Amino acid sequence: MSILTALARAEAVESGRAQPLTTVRHTHVAERPLVLVPLSLAGEAAAPLAAIVGTDPGEPRLLVVANPRDRTQRFDFVAELARVVLSYVDGCARSVDTGAGGTKLRYAEAPQVIVPNRGGVEFVRLLGRSTRFRRPFGPYPVHRTVPILGQWLTFLRERADHPGSSMLLAMTSVLSEHWATGQSGLEDANLAALLGWIDPPGDLDGAGAAALAEDPLRSPPAGPSTDPTFDNEILAPALAAVARSIDDFARERALAALTAAVADQMRPTWDLTWQAVRLLRTRPAGASVETRWAMDRDVFTMYHMALAEGTALPQPRRDSAVAAAGRLDRLEREQARYDAQRALDDPLVMAEFRLSGEAFTGTVVAASPNRVDTSGKKAALRPHITVQTDDPVRLEPGAHLVSPARLAQQATVVSVSSVDVVLELSKGMGRSTKQPAPGSVPEVGDRVTYGPVTDAYQPPGRFPSRDDTPWTHGGPPPVIEYHASDNDAVEDWS
Amino acid sequence: MDPLVDRLDRIRGTVAPRNHNARTIAALTSNPGCGRRGLMDAAGVNKGAVAGQLGFPAGFGQSRFAIARGNAFEAQVKADGAAELLQLLRDRLGLAIPEVAYDDLSNVGGNASREVRYARTKALLARAASERDDAGTLFDHPMLRLEIAGYYAYLEPDLIAFRAGGKFHVVEIKSFAVIDGQADPGKTAAAATQSAVYVMAMRELLAELGHPPESVSHDVVLVCPENFANRPTATLVDVRKQLTVLRRQLSRLTRLESILDALPAGLSFDLAYDSDQQATRPADELRKAVSTIDARYSPDCLGTCEMAFFCRDESAGSTSALGRSVRDDLGGVESIGTVLGLARGTLTPGAGQEEIAGLLRFAHKLRTECLDGIG
Repeated sequence: MSILTALARAEAVESGRAQPLTTVRHTHVAERPLVLVPLSLAGEAAAPLAAIVGTDPGEPRLLVVANPRDRTQRFDFVAELARVVLSYVDGCARSVDTGAGGTKLRYAEAPQVIVPNRGGVEFVRLLGRSTRFRRPFGPYPVHRTVPILGQWLTFLRERADHPGSSMLLAMTSVLSEHWATGQSGLEDANLAALLGWIDPPGDLDGAGAAALAEDPLRSPPAGPSTDPTFDNEILAPALAAVARSIDDFARERALAALTAAVADQMRPTWDLTWQAVRLLRTRPAGASVETRWAMDRDVFTMYHMALAEGTALPQPRRDSAVAAAGRLDRLEREQARYDAQRALDDPLVMAEFRLSGEAFTGTVVAASPNRVDTSGKKAALRPHITVQTDDPVRLEPGAHLVSPARLAQQATVVSVSSVDVVLELSKGMGRSTKQPAPGSVPEVGDRVTYGPVTDAYQPPGRFPSRDDTPWTHGGPPPVIEYHASDNDAVEDWS
Repeated sequence: MDPLVDRLDRIRGTVAPRNHNARTIAALTSNPGCGRRGLMDAAGVNKGAVAGQLGFPAGFGQSRFAIARGNAFEAQVKADGAAELLQLLRDRLGLAIPEVAYDDLSNVGGNASREVRYARTKALLARAASERDDAGTLFDHPMLRLEIAGYYAYLEPDLIAFRAGGKFHVVEIKSFAVIDGQADPGKTAAAATQSAVYVMAMRELLAELGHPPESVSHDVVLVCPENFANRPTATLVDVRKQLTVLRRQLSRLTRLESILDALPAGLSFDLAYDSDQQATRPADELRKAVSTIDARYSPDCLGTCEMAFFCRDESAGSTSALGRSVRDDLGGVESIGTVLGLARGTLTPGAGQEEIAGLLRFAHKLRTECLDGIG
């Protein structure tokens, strides 16, 4: 949060509509995303009650568990969900990206699973955790697709932690990154209310639409938790009716009633999620969205092939200390890169840096494009430009900056006065040591922006090997390799 | 009678004070700066009923599935003299618990009144505390009490007080799962605060008997289902921090004079129930009464206070309704109108507002510049 976001929220209150926080869309929206709206039974750790899933807004697939506490029925549900999800995942691996250079194979698509909110992401984690250790043989056998679904869900959930990854998205988070509403961040967790501010139905304003969205009768919660009143007054009798039914005919009728009841709860969320997908598609994508999606596809390609070959790394219950440290380091570098890319793609994100004086926008008032620095061993082309700006610049001479328009070029602050900044440029000017390539140096009258961010490669941190885990982190882990053993399948699952 | 209690009684009206429980006492620690909430809680006002009468009913329901699951798990842990729990305490926590007795205090000689049960709990704990050796006794359904602004709130911990290493321990049984050693942080924090209430009540009880507060451990035993099964697992949770917060809050409740002095003498939140138990107090009049005390609304209230929807409506147009962090980012400026006026330069900044006004004008300029032509 910053004063820019806070001001946007204030503007939203006044105008009755959400205000944009970005000028472009920073999240990839796949051509064929898989929307998943799960519901779980209250009070249980991970008891799926129902889900609505599919890639076509007009063709939702509805899955219901008649008795969520029954182990067999639960895994029947998971097997059904697995059929939908796995055929979607495999469908993404059908064609290869021919445009990608190099020797690496990359699939043309990757799965993109969209859930309504953060709770949906947690549901994916718990369902993945509770299914990936199951086995199709031995005690409590399950359908062979169940553990595979568990591996994919775990994979997707892990990707959701990576900044800039778009393989598993919580719709409320994506929307909140792009729009500021006239309500608090806490209230933005309600998809219906959030969308009410961004795209209110009829002639309602944002506040009016959000108020309607808070009424659980008119707008059922987006899950996975259900509305307690629905539980007590509709769901409990419906589940009891199924359990009580004495013959197939009665059971079928009771099941139909249960299915209709949960469908009523999920259908509005399904429609809202697709409405949000359409809304996001209307926004132009940022310049580096495709690069990040290519990264997602690379990771997907590797995991898909590894699973097929049986060489996929195990997904332990908990990471070892070294693995966790390495992962955190990776996430931090990805976060820095993601922040930088967004700032370079989007002037409104760069504005955050301008507000704090770390970046500035101004007009070039003087330029010496042919300036050569002869102080070193070799003469080098080091043009100077003077940029006049109104921004409150807080930079020190020697600071390194980069311009969104010239990513390959480095600028170093030479001096700062109250009205202008003098920069020395290096790199990105062609091969000549005397004459910069045409257009590579800003000319007098150009409007330019310089900021501190760069999405250049950052080397990974160095961590000890597993066997050298320091005592502060518990020392070397006792088991050298985690092997998913068949014993895991015996784990109680009530 | 204590004049403070007398005054609070008048504010509450003709109904009996709302009985506190560990959950409501724990809730006192959130948003401590809110005078409205502090006063209503101290007076034992039924906030849910008041909010309903004002036209802002609060939806704090609990699913029957969650309740059933909670009860079933608690029953399972306590079954057969809490055999499963004892095994767990020995294995997991390494507590040397000898053979234990199990006392169910849920009703005493056919009498289940709170006072009788409290007296019985006290007597049994007194005996256990004065024994030299660890008296290995589990007390089921004990009854404790805590004084909240002149009234006793009776509390029923899930289970207390086996004595190990010379100390009593409170056991809290919760039905949220601990998966691979991790539980929902929100639920864990709530459980810790509730347990802290029990520890505090128990310490008070033992203090009356002349035992030092340390005779009740600040480590409570949290029992939860492990992973996806019903098998319980136990964790020791240190509640020292929660105890400090609670102690401070409860002492504040009795220092209400400053709030009360500023209020009109005849102030009352009485809902004027008629013989059919229908509230007859006109909403306008009640709204006026409630509005005489300042609230400090923040969006977090929505999850903890029955009055929240009313207060949110009341604070529409203020920056705090958008969240504390938004308010802080806007330099603490109260009204959204002022923020926008300062940002657009249509309002002259008041004393102390010059800096935030400059930032707001710059932020406004940046947003206009970047969004020009994009909409």
